[in-house]
Amino acid sequence: MATDTQLDLWEVFIQSKSGLPYIHAGSIHASDVKMAMQNARDIYTRRGEGTSIWVVPSKHISASNPDDNDMLFDPSNDKVYRHPTFYVMPEGAKNI
Amino acid sequence: MTTKEATYTYALRLGDDALILGHRLSELCSRGPILEEDLALTNISLDMIGRAQALLKYAADTENNGNTEDDIAYRRAENHYYNHLLVEQPNGDFAHTIARQLLISVFEYLFYTELEKSRDENLSAIAKKVTKEVKYHMQHAIDWTIRLGDGTNESHKRMQTAINDMWMYSGELFEMDEVDQYLFREGVAVDLIPLKAHWQNRIQTVLTKATLVTPEDGYMQTGSKKGVHSENLGHILSEMQYLQRSYPDAKW
Repeated sequence: MATDTQLDLWEVFIQSKSGLPYIHAGSIHASDVKMAMQNARDIYTRRGEGTSIWVVPSKHISASNPDDNDMLFDPSNDKVYRHPTFYVMPEGAKNI
Repeated sequence: MTTKEATYTYALRLGDDALILGHRLSELCSRGPILEEDLALTNISLDMIGRAQALLKYAADTENNGNTEDDIAYRRAENHYYNHLLVEQPNGDFAHTIARQLLISVFEYLFYTELEKSRDENLSAIAKKVTKEVKYHMQHAIDWTIRLGDGTNESHKRMQTAINDMWMYSGELFEMDEVDQYLFREGVAVDLIPLKAHWQNRIQTVLTKATLVTPEDGYMQTGSKKGVHSENLGHILSEMQYLQRSYPDAKW
């Protein structure tokens, strides 16, 4: 893999509206937290996409190992009873 | 001089600062040191061009002779531009771009904060919008100045050279001519004299933090309020006005 020569890598999370979850927007390069915040702002929120930003050094993110996918994710695929689809919704209950 | 004439000139000067620095920064599009900084600088450039549009439109409306902000931006001769000499200085190396931005952004932050109180409602409304943008430009320039000044030997040397090179264009920022004085008495313009001490204070704090030496005030360049410019403006205009000069009234 080619070495990345452009400063450290950071992950950017944007909250579009107060109360909503922060969603991963992408990554940026920066040498410190101030630069990371400014670069994230300039790259991911120029068109009103967000009202709040988190930046996290990529090296501090732990990812699951693709080799473990069978163990981690397959068991949830074949058990329909894990989904609450066997209930009848009462009339009048909205927003469910 | 009438209030109308003075206001036209005042809006024109402020608009020209934004137009010319916006153009200078746009020259860096695709030439930034890294992708992220490239976007940051062009983003600042777009803020400036938006500000130029608002101010030159106000100038055009004030003049009220059928000219639009585009006519004003693209159809004047060099000696009818009134931007400060500082903003037409070349981008140079990255340290020069940052030094120029630091000196002008700290000034603009102090200036537009004051202009918010202007009795002219249009200028006051524009100033309220600009202050928010400029606060960010200033922070960006301050952070880079400290990073480069307090960085490696090479970046320190380059940042100091850049500050020294730009310093002689800073005196002009605080000159009050008859237009400024007239509009200041009318409650429209900002008094630039008291701004100087605040500006020096802030700049010195940043430079000290960046382990840089604040230059002594020596000979200061001047002339822009009379339309007298350094050799750089002609080159900017020849590029900026090319389309309008070669194909007048061209449409997309």
